[in-house]
Amino acid sequence: MNPPEIAVRFRDATVRVGDRVLWHDVDLEVPAGQFVAILGPNGVGKSTLVKAALGLVPLASGEATVLGKPAGDANREVGYLPQRRSFDPSVRVRGIDVVRLGLDGDRWGFPLPWGTRAKETRRTVAHALELVGAQSYAARPVGQVSGGEQQRLLIAQALVRRPRLLILDEPLDSLDLPNQSAIAALIKRICVDEGVTVLMVAHDVNPILTYLDQVVYLAGGGAVCGTPSVVITSENLSRLYQTPVEVLRTSDGQLVVVGQPEAPAHHADRHTGQPVR
Amino acid sequence: MSGSVTAASGILATTAANPPWSWNLAADLHDMLGYPFMVNAFRAGTIVAIVAGVVGWFMVLRKQTFAGHTLAVSAFPGATAAALLGISATIGYFAFSLAAAVAIAIVSRPTRGNGFSEESAVVGVVQAFVLACGFLFAYLYKGFLGGVNAPLFGSSFAITNAQVVALGSFGAAVLAILAIIGRPLLFSSVDADVAAARGVGVRRLGVVFLIVLGAAAAEASQIAGALLVFSLLVMPAATAQRLTARPLSSIALTVGFGLVATWGGLTLAYFEPYPLGFCISSFSFGGYLLAHLSTWRLRRPRQPLATPHPVGVTT
Repeated sequence: MNPPEIAVRFRDATVRVGDRVLWHDVDLEVPAGQFVAILGPNGVGKSTLVKAALGLVPLASGEATVLGKPAGDANREVGYLPQRRSFDPSVRVRGIDVVRLGLDGDRWGFPLPWGTRAKETRRTVAHALELVGAQSYAARPVGQVSGGEQQRLLIAQALVRRPRLLILDEPLDSLDLPNQSAIAALIKRICVDEGVTVLMVAHDVNPILTYLDQVVYLAGGGAVCGTPSVVITSENLSRLYQTPVEVLRTSDGQLVVVGQPEAPAHHADRHTGQPVR
Repeated sequence: MSGSVTAASGILATTAANPPWSWNLAADLHDMLGYPFMVNAFRAGTIVAIVAGVVGWFMVLRKQTFAGHTLAVSAFPGATAAALLGISATIGYFAFSLAAAVAIAIVSRPTRGNGFSEESAVVGVVQAFVLACGFLFAYLYKGFLGGVNAPLFGSSFAITNAQVVALGSFGAAVLAILAIIGRPLLFSSVDADVAAARGVGVRRLGVVFLIVLGAAAAEASQIAGALLVFSLLVMPAATAQRLTARPLSSIALTVGFGLVATWGGLTLAYFEPYPLGFCISSFSFGGYLLAHLSTWRLRRPRQPLATPHPVGVTT
């Protein structure tokens, strides 16, 4: 039996922002078809990690391979949803147009609104809308639908080219709890039904915990990978943060991390360029 | 330039000084189009309404109306400098508007989002300076410039055949560029981050669009005047975007509104003693007001459902 295909692989990867090392010697493997979350406190470089996978941020050393090619070369087969986007209520463009731009918005020239290609385009867009259940509000101006609905439209936009890998940067951010669990379930369903590998940045693991195959925990400049129950333990996190951290499990299976250095310290650190800790 | 303005104003004053309306509208229009200067005004107005409408649609979508206004008022020093140097006003208009577009593009720093940082301060600086230049040139010219009214408030009754040709070729170039870059430009205007990840040159497109906007503003200034150019650049687009969110229908509506306002304004200015810029602006404004009123009631009940999240990007 062949070993499982690897969708994303980092080897001894290091990223430097200015003269500061954001994280170093990161090794990770995301097997094809899995739902993998990147976790960690604010400012630790989670978004930078997915940008490195997209080839938008260069590695200082090591290598990153995505879908068998150097990072950035396979972007046509990657659907990307950047961090916290929402549309101003005044944006007078329909949701369906935003999804469609994900399909052919990077092409020059003026698309004719008739003919077989236009029909094919409409079918592809309609399929993506159906996958996320956004048909009923796709014709409304995108700035006037709710945050959860916008997030579904953006996922449809990332999916519309039928990518093999879906990279989502904090898609649950700024959503209320019912919407968080609905979107998490939707992403898992797409991962299983469409066979798409999902790499998702999150800072709260609980809404997605039951759906995850693996987590990558990024903290203190390094990373630990594995199944959630193996990675999110008191020993691992204490080692990453280099300070005593306790992981508690509540009766309904939620995880609570206690004692981790507070986010604001990391946040401020990011702007002053001082070393972590 | 001032020569042709005064000559044409003279024609208007002596031969067609606001003839009264008759009961026969068709005959009135026929008489009006019997004057070559009116035919040229309609030709130029039509070209400008189409070009300004399409470019203005993208400008309103990209929220760059302040930049558009600055590029339009650059037409004022353009016109006065042309008068001072004794060259064609059209050259002056385009030279200054395009130069201002390049200046804004160079000084604005790229950022996430729209491809430009909060460019309003830069734009304001450029605007103040070009207006000051215009005033200086008008002062240096000393001669009769039709006051500063023509460059500021429009004078399309003074359009020559050569100017119509110039407007038409510049307009065709602008529309051709937009037809090529339209789709990626829409992508980077609505959704810059994803567009950039897909390899769209968001920043470069922003620069190209500013230059296109400069050309459109220079065109529109020649009809509506530097100060009232928004009646062709903003109002039709704002009206159409109020009415529909479908991009193609919205652009078509924009052009339609622009044409109606221009033709209506020209006709009104021919028969009534009101200035052309005022007439065109009034038609545009009336349309905008109607669109606003007609959609206001429809939209009210939806407000509580929408949860606006202003964009706040962090890394």
